[in-house]
This record gives sequence, structure tokens and C-alpha cells, in this order.
Amino acid sequence: MSIYLDHAATTPMNPAAIEALTSALAIIGNPSSLHADGRAVRKYVEDARELLAASIGAAPSEVIFTGSGTEANNIAIKGIYWQRNSLQSRPVIITSAIEHQAVLEPAHWLVEHEGAQHIALPVNSDGVINLDALRLLVEDHGNSIALISVMHSNNETGVIQPISDVVAIAGDIPVHCDAVQSWSKCEFSFKDLGLFAASLSGHKVGGPIGVGVLVLQRGVDIPALIHGGGQEREIRSGTVNAPSIVALSAAIKKSNYSSHDVAALRHSFERGVHNVLPDAIINGSGADRLPGISSVTIPGALNETLLLLLDSKSISCSTGAACTAGVHRPSHVLEAMGIDEGAVMSTLRFSFGATSTQADVDAAIAALPDVVTRARSAR
Amino acid sequence: MRLIAAMSGGVDSAVAAARAVEEGHEVIGVHLALSSNPQKYRSGARGCCTIEDSHDARRAADVIGIPFYIWDMADEFHENVVENFMSEYKSGRTPNPCLRCNEKVKFAAVLDRAKNMGFDGVVTGHYARTVDTSEGKTLHRAIDPLKDQSYVLAVLNREQINGAIFPLGDTEKVDIRIEAERRGLAVAQKPDSHDICFVPSGDNAGWLRDRMGSEEGPIVDQDGNQLGTHKGAYTYTIGQRKGLGLTVPTADGSPRFVLKIEPVSNTVVVGPREDLAVTSMRGEKTIICGPDIAPGGHRGFVQVRAHGAPLPASYSYSDGYLNAQLDEPLLGLATGQAMVIYDGDRVVASATICETA
Repeated sequence: MSIYLDHAATTPMNPAAIEALTSALAIIGNPSSLHADGRAVRKYVEDARELLAASIGAAPSEVIFTGSGTEANNIAIKGIYWQRNSLQSRPVIITSAIEHQAVLEPAHWLVEHEGAQHIALPVNSDGVINLDALRLLVEDHGNSIALISVMHSNNETGVIQPISDVVAIAGDIPVHCDAVQSWSKCEFSFKDLGLFAASLSGHKVGGPIGVGVLVLQRGVDIPALIHGGGQEREIRSGTVNAPSIVALSAAIKKSNYSSHDVAALRHSFERGVHNVLPDAIINGSGADRLPGISSVTIPGALNETLLLLLDSKSISCSTGAACTAGVHRPSHVLEAMGIDEGAVMSTLRFSFGATSTQADVDAAIAALPDVVTRARSAR
Repeated sequence: MRLIAAMSGGVDSAVAAARAVEEGHEVIGVHLALSSNPQKYRSGARGCCTIEDSHDARRAADVIGIPFYIWDMADEFHENVVENFMSEYKSGRTPNPCLRCNEKVKFAAVLDRAKNMGFDGVVTGHYARTVDTSEGKTLHRAIDPLKDQSYVLAVLNREQINGAIFPLGDTEKVDIRIEAERRGLAVAQKPDSHDICFVPSGDNAGWLRDRMGSEEGPIVDQDGNQLGTHKGAYTYTIGQRKGLGLTVPTADGSPRFVLKIEPVSNTVVVGPREDLAVTSMRGEKTIICGPDIAPGGHRGFVQVRAHGAPLPASYSYSDGYLNAQLDEPLLGLATGQAMVIYDGDRVVASATICETA
């Protein structure tokens, strides 16, 4: 049995979601069909839409199902950019410097192919965005800003961002929020935050892989990325993935995730890390964080070596940063926090979820000293 | 033993890893990412540097049932192999980058890292054999003469040979493909890689020209008479006959060959075939691959190309230099090439050729 400490990458499906998925797979019917079978499936999908909408303080019509969180981010960034540039030129896209690739890459694509101007908002040493910098940017660029996109919490450090302040500063400028990591782990309300758009992902909350949500304010019409039958407000065509959507709603309805319990496990883990590795650094520890993510810098040890050695002891964790063709790259998140490259390449992400236990924490802490000693000598 | 299997994404390294597992070793597969931008050095899927190759390697590791990681050796590779390749050509020598890669990357950086991490050695899909002796392992030719890669491994020192495991040395290539099929490895029929992995087209001269520019210079005969103009001296190789573009024919119509490349004056010297003949060579940066070479002369074979013939020779080793006297003259030998000494099928030593006569 492996010790799974990579819940931020994906977390096991909730048993209620597995049951809902397997039952739903047996039901025939395309929710767009007009006959009784189609209607029956549509009812399940719309029940799920209502439940999910309610869970995030949104209207059901604001919930657009997609194939992934990445797809939701792409539709939001590109679609809002195109919509905002359709009547007058608004080339500026502001994102935080620490966004996930699923936000940064669509922005970069618009820069390369459509003449957009991307401005990355700096963060402080705890990984929290600089609101004063945002104020200045909004003052300077005002009318030429297409959208602002800031994640609700960071996938590598778990640091929670001041989204309501971002929305207040933005004024009339649309704000998109990648809430993939935050959803169901901490307070998140689409309506209360006053967001224009948000992105969610099914498999981070105990639902299946292959379903995501774009939450988009009612009445907003943005160009589609995928054209076809006009499903999902004509923003995301394609047969609606009814079984996965039903399973996702079951995962939310019968969530087995306790923020309190997960935070206690992480606290225990970080205390343990400090005991066995006094020179280890917990990144972002001065800020509000999600309950389940711990970014740990272990000076003098290469993260990919640590990962290999932990894996050989059946402990699964992550460097947190993306791979390019499987090659670890320095994390742009940690670099943006002003952490030097050596420390960046010595950082691992441990993330805890609904199925994590104290025994998992104990096993990881027990393994660390030997692994770190070996990794330090293998530099 | 705990072993790291270097997996290129090809059939050989996949079968080598599988055999190591079958022998009871604890094996971890590692793919070396040798280019920080996989499309920078090559495109297509003939080598070991593409994303597809790393996927093939990962898939093979999954089928074998071993963990798999990608190690970023792009900086080491660029510094030690690619830059060396360019600077050697610039100096008028003809390098073999595969030897450099084995010497500096595969069996140095990787083996060091593996050992420090608590592993005992590195498994590769090279066709070569090692033999245990009382003084440690010695390096030998593979039994398949067409695939034998002992030449490009002759840059390994004793310690590196002791940390290397070559499970394919006693098998012929055709049987490796059959074995790969039997093991369910999808790479069973993947074509062999050829040429230099970072020169996808096989056009070394064009590759060098793109990166180093081309400064035109004279092509002269042995008396210094200009016969033509070249497009960058480093794109020529000793013994080359084609592509010289000479307009002044020889008196008897016989072809001319590149005899010498003079990087300082940017001159290519050509002459008749017989002047290519070399009977003795001297090598520097000697690496002894097994037992020490006793003082004085010895009989053996010298090989100067990866798939060249073993040439009967007398050799000696003194003051760090390896000297060989060929029984029969050899045509077209460039400095920078590796000379590898064999005693029967055992690799004795290698050196980089610095003088020929």
C-alpha cells in the first residue's frame, strides 16, 4: 500500500461518487434528446447542476460543464478576452504571477497569436498577490484591460488569495478566478465574491476525472472554443457527460472531506518535518493556506531525487511544479515568491485529503531522514 | 543489487532493463532528457531525445513493472558533448560524440548520482560484455559483431566498468527484437537509431554550418596551389572525396582527398589517395579499461571507428600516451578520433588520436 500524499494532483473518488457513476453509466439517454429517455437523463444532469450551483453560491444557469478545469480556464481566458475586444481594443490581460499553466498558457497564447499584452501581478515572500500593484495597474491601464485572473488558492503552496479585494479594485473589469484547489476545501462563494467567472474541477473534490465547471455570470455571452450542437449555453458544445456530472454532484453532496481534520494532519506533518529536519522551510506559512497543502524546502537536496527515493519507499508526493516532457522545471510560483533557484529545486509538495490518516503522516516523517541524507549526497 | 536502468525509449534498453529485473535485481528506469528543448536538436523519432522517445521509455518501464523517472541531463550533455563536438571540429579534429556522452554523461553523471542515491550500478542496452576477474570487471566485445558497441564504451575507466551492467552482450540483435515481442514491449519493431542523436538529418556539415557560420577559405594542394574554395573548414573530414567542388583537375584525372584541415589558416589541404596512408598513431587522454599495460611493446588490434575493422598492430603505453604501429597502412585517419586497443575481444585502453604519421 502506498502512502498517498499527493491529493492536490488528484484525490480518490468519493465512494458515493463511484456508486453514482456506476449507476448512471447504466442509464441510456442523451440529455439533449427530446424523448422520455433523454428527459430522464436531463433531469439528473439538471438536479446535479442545481446542487453544484447552490454549493458555490451561483445560479444553476451560471454552471457550464466542461471536460476539465483546464478547459474551463481556457474558455474563460480566451472567451472573455475575445468578448471584451469585440467592441473596443482591450489588449491587457492581468494574471497573478503564480497562476497554474492552465491560466498562464492561454494568456501566453493570446500574446503570441492575437497581440494581447500579459501583465503578471507580483506576490510577496509568502506568495500572496500585491494588491497595491494591482491598484496601480488598474489605474494605469483602466480601459484597456480585458480581464483579471487570480486563483483562489495556489496549487503548489496552498496560499489563499484576497479575491474579494481583487474584485473591489477591478471595478467594472471582469475577474476570473481559478478555484480548482479551493473548491469544497475552504469558503468559496461565487456570488459573495462578486466574480465574473470561475473554474472548478471534478477530480480534486472526490468526483471523476474528465469533468470540470466553468461558472460564468448569467447574461454574459462569450465566444466558444468548441463549436457544435450548442450545448451548455452555446459556450461548450458536445454531448453532456451526464454520468460524470451526476457523480460529481454526489461527491459534493456526500463530501467526506473535513477541513478541520485535514488541517490537523498537515499541522502534525509540518511539526514532524521540523523535528527531523530543523533546517527545512515551509513555504507560505505566514499566509492563510488551504488545509491540505504543504510546500517544504529541504536545503541541499534535489527535489526530483527526494521524490524518487520517497517513491521507492512507497511514499507518493510531488514537486508541485509542472513537467516539460517529464523534466522538472523550476517552479514559477516559488520563483515569484523570491525563493532562489537552489531552494526552488529543493522543494516538495505534500498534500493531504479526505482519505489521509495520521499513519500516513507518521510513515512520511519516519522515511524523511534517511531519504534526505541520501539525496543530499547525490547532488 | 539496486540498479538504475538507462532507458532511451528504444528496444535495446527496454530489454536490458527487463533482463535485469528477471535476474532478481531491484531496478528503476531512468530516461535521460538530453535536450532542454526536445525539438531543438532533432525532430523525428530516430534517436533518444524526443518527447515520443521518453513516452516509449515510460511505457516500456510500465510494462516491465518498474518505477520510471526522467533525469534532466541537458546541461551536462550540452556542455560535455554538444559544445565539445563543435569545438573539436573548430580545431580541425573529428570527434565522436557518442564516446563523450558515455564518458561524461551516461557513466559519469548518471553513475555518480545513482551510487550516491544508494544504487549499485547502471544497466544499459549497449552491446558489450563484461567479465569478472580477480582485479574487477573487464570490458569485451559483444558476440554480435554487427552490433558490438565496445568501441564507444572504451572511454570507461575501471571504476565505471565495475558499475556498468550490459545484459545484451551475449545476444544477437534479431533475438532481442523477438524477446521484446515476447515480453509485450511495443518498441520491439522500433527502428534503430543512427547517426548522431542531436543531428537529426545526419548532415553534420550542415548542422555545424547552421551553428558556427561558414567562413570561406582556400582548398589547396600539398604545394599550396589554390584549387578551390571551401565553405567552412570544419565541415570537412580527413579522407573526404565528395563535395569538394574543385575546378582544377589533376594531371592524370585521379581523385583528390582531404588530407589535412588547418583551422588557424582556415585551409583545407587535398592530395592523392596514397598520401592519406597512416601507419602510426599517437593518442592522448588515455583511459585504461582493465589491467595496467605493462611497459614495452605488445601485440594486439587497434580500432579507430565505431564500426571499423580491428587492425593488427603493435602498441605501447608511456607517459600517458598510447602509441600504435599498424601492420598495414590505413587510409584517412583524422585526429580527434578515438583509438581503441583490443587484446582479442578484450578492450585494453582508448585514447584520443593527436598525431598520425
